[in-house]
Amino acid sequence: MYTEKVMDHFQNPRNVGEIENASGVGTVGNAKCGDIMRIYLDIDENQIIRDVKFKTFGCGAAVATSSMATELVKGKNIQEAMAVTNRAVMEALDGLPPVKVHCSLLAEEAIHAALWDYAQKHGIQIEGLEKPKSDIHEGEEAEEEDY
Amino acid sequence: MERQIYLDHAATTRTAPEVVEAMLPYFTEYYGNPSSVYGFAASNQTVLADSREQIAGLLGAKREEIYFTAGGSEADNWALIATAEAYGKKGKHIITSKIEHHAVLHTCAYLEKHGIEVTYLDVDENGIVDLEQLKAAIREDTILISIMFANNEIGTIQPIAEIGQIAHAHGILFHTDAVQAFGQLPIDVNTCQIDMLSASGHKLNGPKGIGFLYIRKGVKIRSFIHGGAQERKRRAGTENVPGIVGIAAAAKRAAADMQERTDREIRLRDHMIGRIEREIPYCRLNGDRKKRLPNNVNFSFRFIEGESLLIMLDMKGICASSGSACTSGSLDPSHVLLAIGLPAEIAHGSLRMTLGAETTEEEVDYVVDVLKEIVQNLRNMSPLYEDFLQKQHQE
Repeated sequence: MYTEKVMDHFQNPRNVGEIENASGVGTVGNAKCGDIMRIYLDIDENQIIRDVKFKTFGCGAAVATSSMATELVKGKNIQEAMAVTNRAVMEALDGLPPVKVHCSLLAEEAIHAALWDYAQKHGIQIEGLEKPKSDIHEGEEAEEEDY
Repeated sequence: MERQIYLDHAATTRTAPEVVEAMLPYFTEYYGNPSSVYGFAASNQTVLADSREQIAGLLGAKREEIYFTAGGSEADNWALIATAEAYGKKGKHIITSKIEHHAVLHTCAYLEKHGIEVTYLDVDENGIVDLEQLKAAIREDTILISIMFANNEIGTIQPIAEIGQIAHAHGILFHTDAVQAFGQLPIDVNTCQIDMLSASGHKLNGPKGIGFLYIRKGVKIRSFIHGGAQERKRRAGTENVPGIVGIAAAAKRAAADMQERTDREIRLRDHMIGRIEREIPYCRLNGDRKKRLPNNVNFSFRFIEGESLLIMLDMKGICASSGSACTSGSLDPSHVLLAIGLPAEIAHGSLRMTLGAETTEEEVDYVVDVLKEIVQNLRNMSPLYEDFLQKQHQE
């Protein structure tokens, strides 16, 4: 059901991990729906994305779109990163099954949420960037249940 | 090819070679339509009767109470819809449970659109129907109770005999979907007071596309497929003779070694459950420990999602299934896991492994070893796990 590229990015995800003292961190999605993505950006003084890492809870497509999105924004300036749409992520993966298109939207949102966090921290405005709507820290956080 | 370990026997099973062997002549040699007059075809009536007898014998039923269908789903649809029609004058209320197979639940939803009222019983945290709630749900106009024998996802076995007794004490018909139980558990329709029972061939090393509905003599149930006199005029259509021969052969085979086979599966199952619980942290066994199908293992692993787990297992040659939304094409995780009270995010991380007669201990150990590694890798990638560790660290 997945393309070779999706399978490749799922099996060998690029840029998995965390960045300490990241310039911007964005978490989107909802554990109840089965996907959460978190993107860490390290942005230098020239507004170039020096490094990017991600962590994802979700299906194969969620992992692959996160991985591809990090590849597409790495080394870009923030305006170029803004231009990485869900369509661009899907095309780079040679397509997704229709039921998985929302995963690519989530990847785009995760990048935007991390950029928003960066913009907030640095008191700047990024053209075309809106406040992320699905950050889990503002909505439903995963319920803690111990067993 | 790499090794393949098939742990999805609740989805379907390999058709046993001796079952295929029994079926083959009915494709190429004895292909006649049993309804035809000439001897060569009419003699197929005998094999149909023998197959019916074979299956009836395993259930404590009579030959004429077995009606062949195209599978378990058809049998479920038939039992519910035809009962609602035939007993419409008596009442319009059906009682079922929240953890039934969709063949029952979606049929109930269909009936609700046609004026039938349905009560969906809750289950406890292990997936067992509450008998007090069942008694309380019974109304003057209740015509049918439909509760599955054993659940396909979490393997929980219901108190079928008690339910049958409650149903009959109130003069209500009792149907059970025994698709997972038939061939795995001894079933007697008389001691359990079952009026209708659905079963399928391909879950017990028989062919796909064949099943049956047991209908107790005296139950007024209308025909479901119209257009011929087959199956005592209740289910039209030229009989699937090879399929019927196949399901009978499979049922005979399953009954012959049931005790021995299931004892072995229970040992392997409990070995697997024990190892997973000891070696993989933050997991939960879903379903009852004892009242459980011999071959069913179902776990939820926190912080990870089921589909990615399945793909990772598939890459190691392991076939399993999950109650994750991503595997069902909807956004909601399994209704069964939600009904036993799992939060959605934990239900997403569930894994079902169902053993078979061919499963070995070496395979089970290999799967647990692989599973441990995959769960850890996926957790290392999970923001939920990261948050959890951080929270633990702070405390």
